[in-house]
Amino acid sequence: MSTDTYLNLVNSGVTQKIAKQLGLPRPAQLRRFRPGQPLVAGPVLVLGTGPDADAVAHLLSGTSLGDTGLKSGWDLDVRRTAAAGERHAAIVLVLTEITHPDQLSEPMLAAASALKGLAPGARIVTISRPATADIGPALSAARQGVDGVLRSLAKELRGGATANGVVVADGVPVTAPSALGALRFFLSARSAFVDGQLLHIDSDAGALPADWDRPLAGRVAVVTGAARGIGAAIATTLARDGATVVAVDVPAAGEQLVAVANSVRGTALQLDVTADDAGQKILDHATTRHGRLDIVVHNAGITRDKLLANMTPEKWDPVLAVNVAAPLRINEALLESGDFTDAPRIVALASTSGIAGNRGQTNYAASKGGVIGMVRATAPLLTAFGGTANAVAPGFIETEMTARIPAVTRQVARRLNSLQQGGLPEDVAETVAFLASPQAGGVVGQTLRVCGQNLVGQ
Amino acid sequence: MASTRTPASAGGQQTSTPEGPRRALVLGGNRIPFARAGGPYAHASNQDMLTAALDGLVARYGLQGERIGSVAAGAVLKHSRDFNLTREAVLGSALSDETPAYDMQQACATGLETIVSLSNKIRLGQLESAIGGGVDTTSDAPIAVSARLRRALLDLSRAKTLPQKLAAAASIRPKDLAPAAPRTNEPRTGLSMGEHQAITTAEWGITREAQDEIAYASHINLAAAYDAGFFDDLVTPFRGLTRDANLRPDTTLEKLAKLRPTFGLGLDVEATMTAGNSTPLSDGASTVLLGSDEWAAAHDLTPLASIVDAETGAVDFVHGVDGLLMAPVFAVPRLLARNGLTLDDFDYVEIHEAFAATVLTTLAAWEDEEFSRTRLGLDSAFGKVERSRLNVHGSSLAAGHPFAATGGRIVATISKELARRKAEQGADAPVRALISICAAGGLGLTAILEAA
Repeated sequence: MSTDTYLNLVNSGVTQKIAKQLGLPRPAQLRRFRPGQPLVAGPVLVLGTGPDADAVAHLLSGTSLGDTGLKSGWDLDVRRTAAAGERHAAIVLVLTEITHPDQLSEPMLAAASALKGLAPGARIVTISRPATADIGPALSAARQGVDGVLRSLAKELRGGATANGVVVADGVPVTAPSALGALRFFLSARSAFVDGQLLHIDSDAGALPADWDRPLAGRVAVVTGAARGIGAAIATTLARDGATVVAVDVPAAGEQLVAVANSVRGTALQLDVTADDAGQKILDHATTRHGRLDIVVHNAGITRDKLLANMTPEKWDPVLAVNVAAPLRINEALLESGDFTDAPRIVALASTSGIAGNRGQTNYAASKGGVIGMVRATAPLLTAFGGTANAVAPGFIETEMTARIPAVTRQVARRLNSLQQGGLPEDVAETVAFLASPQAGGVVGQTLRVCGQNLVGQ
Repeated sequence: MASTRTPASAGGQQTSTPEGPRRALVLGGNRIPFARAGGPYAHASNQDMLTAALDGLVARYGLQGERIGSVAAGAVLKHSRDFNLTREAVLGSALSDETPAYDMQQACATGLETIVSLSNKIRLGQLESAIGGGVDTTSDAPIAVSARLRRALLDLSRAKTLPQKLAAAASIRPKDLAPAAPRTNEPRTGLSMGEHQAITTAEWGITREAQDEIAYASHINLAAAYDAGFFDDLVTPFRGLTRDANLRPDTTLEKLAKLRPTFGLGLDVEATMTAGNSTPLSDGASTVLLGSDEWAAAHDLTPLASIVDAETGAVDFVHGVDGLLMAPVFAVPRLLARNGLTLDDFDYVEIHEAFAATVLTTLAAWEDEEFSRTRLGLDSAFGKVERSRLNVHGSSLAAGHPFAATGGRIVATISKELARRKAEQGADAPVRALISICAAGGLGLTAILEAA
């Protein structure tokens, strides 16, 4: 993995002062999740009026849970108004009850007064409803306005702070498991490199975990491409969250795969995911060795960059075969088996290239765009038994692969986002773990970016 | 030596292990690809390789932190500082540090002997689980000082007075300083194994063409198994090597025919043994997971095969009564007689390819009526092994032969094949394999495995 020397320089010693005086970009050291750490390190300001705002405030503080059906709150230090001089660690804007763009003024200006005193690595989370065509012009305008304000605010924040939105479908309460799961994910250090994103909650499916630090306890997860980089981080993170992990990679990567499997106390399965029977082999291994299969993470992926004008079948075909055809075939085998029906989770790795496009990556973008389409249409096949399929689209992540990018290009690429730095493999892994969790059951067929709000695409 | 007993009721179809102790099962295996000497493992020690093979086994079967009943392994070329090689490898692995271990050594039969002796302990109820295996490096071989230098240095360390010290030091001669590299020559004859086999090869009139065909089949079969993914759950890459380095998938009989003979050049018949139909010096390690039915069930492991019986033999090669590598020729008839079986009862026969000629002289002896009567004490020829059942996924000529690692390679490979055949066949009829491994010192170890 490459090291971001610049990030270290602007955060320590005399070089920190110089960077400040010169007005150079100063990316912050991001706070990452460690089990046992407080959810939010400071007071949380909950803005907005109405029953939804009150319910959220009560849940966060744990004072009065009313008729939410929840057994316990999150014991946070909740404030409903911004006091002068207070350093808030998070601001939650509950905007579900606005009906006209005029009504954005009050909550947004209230948030504004608290912005200058934000703690380092603060979190801003909006909770709103989707702007759809059937709700009337003013309401749709108000709701879509939240989208614009959120994305702009994320770009304004500094010091490792992020802003993300939870968009809860009409008819689904803001206290639905996935609305709360997403809120908690965005508030926590697990979402360190997720910024400027709006995650849609489509249903009240899912369940809150018994233990927020081990939401995957008792679940069996398969991770493809697990021998190194992002795949190894996913295996490690899922195991930390309680899952039993089957680490899959091609036989040639077996040596590194052994190290990963042994460190997470899982099992190693050497397998070419493009093999016709890969799905059956995965299922056989998981069920005979671990008794069940609940989570499949399609992480295995390759690049063969070439301008389309110079493209060859040797560069095009393997990329599509590994990145999208293999996940499609494996999903099909799992769905047909009848053994993948206990609130199963499919999480596939997409890419910002698949959203915004990238010069020289037509083949890769075709495959990663394909993944986005795949999860969108796979998710409905799983909802009957509480399952979901979603994708994670990483932006610039510090891996062996990005370490091979020429130095100057790499320096530029890692600054092109609101957090002005590259993400770490564990950042992608945290998002995968969230989507694989029981509390994400209402997140259906979506693609969540882990890109620090990269400038490209949405 | 030759048994005087005759096989009891030839062709007896037993359906399982005879009445007696419980079963000892092969549950899986793992090895690293075998390298040629001086190749990618040139700077890997026996301990490095054995630890890697163990860790791969642990990862495949989820044995992290598991207290295995016993791990037994060994190396033929072993430095004296590696007196506890296997225990040290266990301590460096992901297994529980409370896993006991011991070293064994029986030349090239080392790996198989660990598996046989561990399986006996399982059958007796002394162990529930075990790991057998072996490792060898000819690249990182121990180099010793000469016997005279060693004696002088020891005298020097014991000397108390200056004159004593000077006397000890003065006894060292320049030629004593030359290091003593390990040799694989037989201590009692001074002949290399290849030269010994060349004598046997000539005695039995084994042709160059027949040897090259064995070598060719070994490469083709091993390559096909790799291409089919057969080794995906048997082999874990090590130090960048993903397949056995000696494997030549594109070899041809023509290419093999062009190689110049390397052994038997001093005999008065045509020399037939080449680098192509003899195993190269190799580096590598292998492990096999063993257990009882109960332990397998408790760990959700599917038994592949059971280890039914084994027989060790030894021949008098020193006085030229038999060829150095001919012990299995005598051990197998005794083993089969004891179990009421004939060669026809075996679906698979694994004969370690020390040299292609070793396989061929073994088969020739069994097919020879005169030899079978006079030396094996049988009424007629012992039997014939169909080539389609012989070394079906290749053997040492293609894979290479890190001495102590060969037994584990063969047992894991054929156990998986036995389970595959049994599943495919579906019937209750037993599926059996015979394993035969010749070894230095005129030794030979043979065993019967049956699909679990």
